[in-house]
Amino acid sequence: MGVEQPKTLGSGFITTSLDKLVNWSRASSMWPMTFGLACCAIEMMATGAARFDLDRMGILFRASPRQADVIIIAGTVTKKMLPVIKTVYEQMPEPRYVIAMGACASSGGIFDTYSTVQGIDEALPVDVYIPGCPPRPEGLLYGLMKLQEKIKSERNTFGAAIGVGEVVHEA
Amino acid sequence: MSDQAIVEKLKGKFASEVVDVVEFRDETTVTVKKEKIVDICTFMRDELGYNLLCDLCGVDYMGQDPRFLVVYNMYNITTKQRFRIKAQVSEQDCCIDTVSTVWGTANWLERECWDLMGIEFTGHPDPRRILMPADWEGHPLRKDYPVQGPDREPYKGRLS
Repeated sequence: MGVEQPKTLGSGFITTSLDKLVNWSRASSMWPMTFGLACCAIEMMATGAARFDLDRMGILFRASPRQADVIIIAGTVTKKMLPVIKTVYEQMPEPRYVIAMGACASSGGIFDTYSTVQGIDEALPVDVYIPGCPPRPEGLLYGLMKLQEKIKSERNTFGAAIGVGEVVHEA
Repeated sequence: MSDQAIVEKLKGKFASEVVDVVEFRDETTVTVKKEKIVDICTFMRDELGYNLLCDLCGVDYMGQDPRFLVVYNMYNITTKQRFRIKAQVSEQDCCIDTVSTVWGTANWLERECWDLMGIEFTGHPDPRRILMPADWEGHPLRKDYPVQGPDREPYKGRLS
């Protein structure tokens, strides 16, 4: 994290950049929206339960979009469900992130039909795609860790929020 | 009462309506004309005791005439017997009278049938879509409906 303890200030102080502090806190408390759509949601619940235990990573499922930072699209998105997902996403405060979990959310999967949205990226900006049908909990954990990496690589998100400059997305 | 006796009773009461009787693996199916379907269903319920409509669905036999069949699967709770009636619906006159006055459960089943198959149920108390979004156009379970939707190029195989 690049934390320094300058001797001149004593042991009660650390110095770091605002970016690093903000990104560290955001990446350490990604609260996903409780929103399951299909069989991927079963794996998502298993990931949250005792064996894989998302809580140890600061990932707590929230039952309200207004308290959530991440929405995990866990399953097949039908055209009838799409307006609901859009509403939930719009109710989430910024910064907000989208994880497309599994083949259906990423591409429509095997449901190449009239009623299914062919990938949630047709409607929402996706940050992480997780392959699998459904992905194992390890897969979802890896995707969440990839999102943490992405959050930690952002620059000036706090500055942009208070009107100073633009967000820089580094690779 | 045996299925044969039921068929005889139906034939006796609605002689001009019964088109076909098929027995297959101890299941009897009677195909009827659609005009008196409410009377036939009321007769089945009141006289023969078929007090539960298990399922109501449509079948699309595209290329044949009549194109559609509406299938009524009914159950007699007292005697634990099942019976099936099919009603012919043509493409030109694609409607049939509602039986939601006979069995309340037909309300939603007929909505589903209209939603997906496009068979209208005249006199239905609540003719809205039930599965597809309210603003959907077309009836997707019809054989001539493109499986990937009307606004997409159809899939032509891996090598195309």
